[in-house]
Amino acid sequence: MNVSIIGLGQTDVREHWDASLRHLAWYAIEAAMDDAHYNQIDAIYVGNMLAGQLSNQNHLGALVADFAGLRGAEALTVEAADASGGAALRQAVLAVQSGMVETALVVGVEKMTDESGSVIPAALATALDADYEAAHGQTLSGAAALLMRRYMHENGLSLSDFAGFSVNAHANAMANPRAMFRNKLRPEAFAAAPMTAEPVSLFDEAPVGDGAAAVIITASDRAADMVARPVRIAASALTTDTLSLHDRRELLWLNAAESSARRAYEQAGVSPADIDVFELHDSFTILAALALEACGFAERGQGWQLARDGEIGRGGRIPVSTFGGLKARGNPSGATGLYQIVEVAQQVRGMAGDCQVAGARIGMAQNLGGMGATAVTHILRSDE
Amino acid sequence: MEVSRHWRLNQQRYALVGEVCPNCGVKLFPPRDVCLECEAPAKELYTFTGLGEVYSYTTIYDPPAGFEHNAPYMVALVKLEEGPLVTAQLTDVDFNDVQIGMPVEMVTRKLRADGEQGMIIYGYKFRPAVTAVI
Ligand SMILES: [Zn+2]
Repeated sequence: MNVSIIGLGQTDVREHWDASLRHLAWYAIEAAMDDAHYNQIDAIYVGNMLAGQLSNQNHLGALVADFAGLRGAEALTVEAADASGGAALRQAVLAVQSGMVETALVVGVEKMTDESGSVIPAALATALDADYEAAHGQTLSGAAALLMRRYMHENGLSLSDFAGFSVNAHANAMANPRAMFRNKLRPEAFAAAPMTAEPVSLFDEAPVGDGAAAVIITASDRAADMVARPVRIAASALTTDTLSLHDRRELLWLNAAESSARRAYEQAGVSPADIDVFELHDSFTILAALALEACGFAERGQGWQLARDGEIGRGGRIPVSTFGGLKARGNPSGATGLYQIVEVAQQVRGMAGDCQVAGARIGMAQNLGGMGATAVTHILRSDE
Repeated sequence: MEVSRHWRLNQQRYALVGEVCPNCGVKLFPPRDVCLECEAPAKELYTFTGLGEVYSYTTIYDPPAGFEHNAPYMVALVKLEEGPLVTAQLTDVDFNDVQIGMPVEMVTRKLRADGEQGMIIYGYKFRPAVTAVI
């Protein structure tokens, strides 16, 4: 693919009581423009899930273009639940690859903490089927719990078998100054955490937070003359699965995660063994386990073993959540996919600081919407 | 909440009316008009018996708006005897008694009530099977 990243920007993930939706977006955009030393943007793709519900604000394309001093630019929102960020990048890649857009800005932004209590799970549940899931009181955590309970039943597991994912995420976040939770998590604390939707607990699911992340992309031949270390987008694929869990042919198989990863491997000409770092969608530990299986890093029913065996750590076979993942960096829904991209780009640039995976050259990011009804997979590699 | 949004689901909420695919015979719930298995048009109505078993389940402690007064409550995937899974609450049961494989049957219960003056939404839930098999 002839598309490369020339600029990266992100805000901290936390409660930004002093920053509105538009300011968060601008902070990430400004950082990306500074990183690229470039601000001539032709099109803007905004990844967002919840602004209409939590901020009474839609029409984010025009809002962001206006506020970022880019009036007149082509601009629109891309929504795919918590895969909105990855989906926005996918649209920008199509535009640049086609030659119709020279330079595109992609920004994921979410402002969640102006609301609290039952409003948040209700807003997040719009990722599910409104008539046949949410109308029955189902939540995203509840849907993940249905997957987790069945997975535990079929594989003979207990709650503590999932602790390794959250422990790894927290350990990695300690080296990421942007992360929401930079504290060590003990396996005993994981198993004792309060339940949100049993068996899903507070330490199993990713925390909501405010945040924005942005990348600037352009044609690779231009990028080489613009910045010292462009990052090549070697693959970009978005696929879908049934919206509801109850319609899945196999409950415990993430079809879209598998098909988008397979397409991405084909585009990049790589296999799972070539991936040095994998930012997966660990909004719940069960999704991390199932994504590892769907993407070819583990056999069916064995994804959890990679966490148990220390294979997902910085020095392991397939490092995941290297900046803390959704679990500890925090999960600003529609922005999460762009945080993943910024993190993988830093890894393959060799500029990930204390989060660096030694010698990382090829990285993959997979952003899931809901319970994997949307899956967006990107593979990045350093541009020689 | 708009009345029409709920009215048009009455057949499903009160009677588990789904569809059957005339091409491959698969039974569908929720109804979707295009067969999930073979992609043929599937608009022939089929009323499910409402009998099934628990396929997976959870207890919700962090409820969404509109369900605060019900929490904690149980949501399950119920495998209907005709094949499909359905997402629904479990009712009339001790949380500790629920397990995967438990036989259940459909009942009609209040799903939610929107405020003091608001409309009350009824629909299917599932309880431990008490219907005798004759
Ligand atoms: Zn059929």
